Amino acid sequence: MPSPLSEKQIVDIGKSNKRKYILEKFSARLFLFCALLSVISLLLIIGFVFYKGAHPFIAEGYSFIDFIFGMDWVPSEGKFGIFPMIVASIFATFGALIIGVPIGLFTAIFLAEIAPKTIAKLISPAVQLLAGIPSVLYGVFGLAIIVPFLQNNLGLAKGQSLLAVIIVLAIMMLPTIVTVAETAIRAVPKTYREGSLALGASQIGTIFKVVVPAAKSGIMAAIVLGLGRAIGETMAVILVAGNSLILPTSLTDSVRPLTTNIALEMGYAFGTHQEMLFATGIVLFSFILLLNFVLAKIGSKGGK
Amino acid sequence: MNTTVMGSNKEVRKGKLSQMNDQSADKAKISVNDLDLFYGEKQALYRVSLDIQEKEVTALIGPSGCGKSTFLRTLNRMNDLIDGVKISGEIEIDNENIYQSSDVIKLRTKVGMVFQKPNLFPMSIFDNVAYGPRMQGIKNKKELNKIVEESLRGAAIWDEVKDRLKTSALGLSGGQQQRVCIARAIAMKPAVILMDEPTSALDPISTLKVEELIANMKKDYTIVIVTHNMQQAARISDKTAFFLNGEVIEYDETSNIFSMPKDQRTEDYVTGRFG
Amino acid sequence: MLRGLLWFSAFLTVAVLVIIVGYIFYKGFRLINFDFIFGDYSPVGHGGIWPMIVTTIYTIVISLLIATPIGILSAVYLQEYAKQGRLVRMIRFATESLTGIPSIIYGLFGAVFFVTTLKLGMSIIAASLTLTIIVLPVIIRTTEEALKTVPPAYREGSLALGTTKLQTLYKVILPSAMPGILSGIILSMGRIVGESAAIFLTAGTVAAMPDSIFSSARTLTVHSYLVTQESGDIELAAAVGIVLIVIILVLNLSATFISKKLNKADY
Repeated sequence: MPSPLSEKQIVDIGKSNKRKYILEKFSARLFLFCALLSVISLLLIIGFVFYKGAHPFIAEGYSFIDFIFGMDWVPSEGKFGIFPMIVASIFATFGALIIGVPIGLFTAIFLAEIAPKTIAKLISPAVQLLAGIPSVLYGVFGLAIIVPFLQNNLGLAKGQSLLAVIIVLAIMMLPTIVTVAETAIRAVPKTYREGSLALGASQIGTIFKVVVPAAKSGIMAAIVLGLGRAIGETMAVILVAGNSLILPTSLTDSVRPLTTNIALEMGYAFGTHQEMLFATGIVLFSFILLLNFVLAKIGSKGGK
Repeated sequence: MNTTVMGSNKEVRKGKLSQMNDQSADKAKISVNDLDLFYGEKQALYRVSLDIQEKEVTALIGPSGCGKSTFLRTLNRMNDLIDGVKISGEIEIDNENIYQSSDVIKLRTKVGMVFQKPNLFPMSIFDNVAYGPRMQGIKNKKELNKIVEESLRGAAIWDEVKDRLKTSALGLSGGQQQRVCIARAIAMKPAVILMDEPTSALDPISTLKVEELIANMKKDYTIVIVTHNMQQAARISDKTAFFLNGEVIEYDETSNIFSMPKDQRTEDYVTGRFG
Repeated sequence: MLRGLLWFSAFLTVAVLVIIVGYIFYKGFRLINFDFIFGDYSPVGHGGIWPMIVTTIYTIVISLLIATPIGILSAVYLQEYAKQGRLVRMIRFATESLTGIPSIIYGLFGAVFFVTTLKLGMSIIAASLTLTIIVLPVIIRTTEEALKTVPPAYREGSLALGTTKLQTLYKVILPSAMPGILSGIILSMGRIVGESAAIFLTAGTVAAMPDSIFSSARTLTVHSYLVTQESGDIELAAAVGIVLIVIILVLNLSATFISKKLNKADY
């Protein structure tokens, strides 16, 4: 049988424990501090962007209403209206959703439920990989292929248009939607399917009546993520949007969404002009919060 | 629980305990007085009072959810890890109130624990057994080698593993793993070893080996073991406490508990009428 | 009918993505050679992209050097130390919100905070600090997921031996969670490599080998964007695209490899 620790060792243990407790306390505080850095970052981001963006309306007498609903953006004349950009952003995002969501979801359902195993095993990782491809490249592709295609086939003077933006964004959100939705659909327990099939429902019926509703929250998350990617995208959009400052009235109009306005002018803007770009950022920010909120609401309602 | 039952029980129990204290010449190794434990609002232990003698095996039996595991975990303060646990009453080990002292590390080096399922770390057998001593600052290779060998011998598993000390501990069978877990606890040279249903995940042959081991270990350690297996309690323990709904219904020599229980509920349980 | 639609959608998705990657490779592969990748940039002709590769590597290394320890320790706090309550809800809300902020907003913030307020100027360090905040929530989330997979029995087993939480953490918990943490870090690398808008506003666009991390420089994505936007040089943009895609591919494969390999590694 082992001999007990010597007296000296026991005394040493007692002593070193004190150091251990001090280290425990210190490390717990350090970890908390690290975790708080996220909060601090968020506060800094909101603080700085809002401080900069709110300044013209609070201190320089610009009207916020005119900013939101103004039709003209001429920084050199002190005209800062972003209504055409807001409309462009909304159209571009919803257009991309209308095309991208159904195709993405159907692809996800196909991969998770219908595709032969070998095909799914080949395609799923490939799609996953594509979710990581830099968005700039989608823009390069859009400019090289989609823009000339629209220009030639629709007889436009300029192929860079709202439609081009919608197509590029729709393509870009596909991998995100497919990957997240596929994971959600695969997570639905087998018993659900077996239960439905045992009652004589067809495979397709089972998928749409049982499996998809069961995966609803995951599918919602997929849409929100895809949406986030579309609405926040900047560099790819600049390449295909045309960036005209007009209120879009048709799919073939050249447009300038909110994000591109910031990226295009930040480089040389200063003073009020620069602050107005931050204000544009605030509008974009609010837009995203609102859409996430609405989608979360829809998701939780559907879930019940 | 209704309080009237509690009150009457308490008196019965106190009488029994004082009797026992008279019989035993040594002072109790672990002395528990009026222990109440709450998980948030829910009370899990009611006025538990027990004296546990040195170098004996004390078994805690009772139906699942009766509080026996919860009680065991108060003895090395493992319940501290759960949010919202509140405790009142006293637990003294070697005359020291373990909830007054804030040195949990010292307590846990003195009171070892073996869990329901073997929970070896994903390391080699050697590193598992040497883990505790190393964390106490023992770095000397020779000393560690000695501790590991002695501990594995103490857990009757040395011969089975001595040629594969550097291989993953998770490659051992369940029964072997549990004995290495015991070795890991022994390596700390504790005074008390707590065992929480240590054989419930093992096959009958492994169970037998662990039981033999426990019987051998009692000459060096005070052992408190939770078991749902009444034959096991009868085979290996000196004293047995029967828990029901968070209370100690009866606590006595094991032979008495199984042959002439004083409480009807104890009799019902040990004869298999419920549980 | 529906079944046909499902097949068609999947076909469409795959076709579009294959066409995009195929096009990038087709258009750019002729430029890919040793000099293109390892040569210095020159404004005439197509120019080498070595400065952009170096800049990209700088941004990865600096932002991960800062974000990795902070992210891992934050996740450790949330999973192992924090008691559920208002503070934890606040931290989680913050990390989730950071995930949802578009990169152009990060760019705005970086431009006003790191570039102007902290006087770092348009520089690699300003961009890297901005990227740190972008990948922080990614690292926190993946580390948390990895910590969740560590069996609670390990924690109990270690603590019952009289070890401190800290010892348990670095001897048992973090080693067990390491595969998940590593693949999270690699995925963050992908995020950094693919980022453009935030870098565009904070690192600037100087097309030269950076003297130090305080120089303005351009990363691969920004280069790809600028050559398309300014000179319409699709061939060059596609060639840079090939390099980017290969980097992402290698990162993804190694993430998968690490999580598989380490999961199996005799434990």
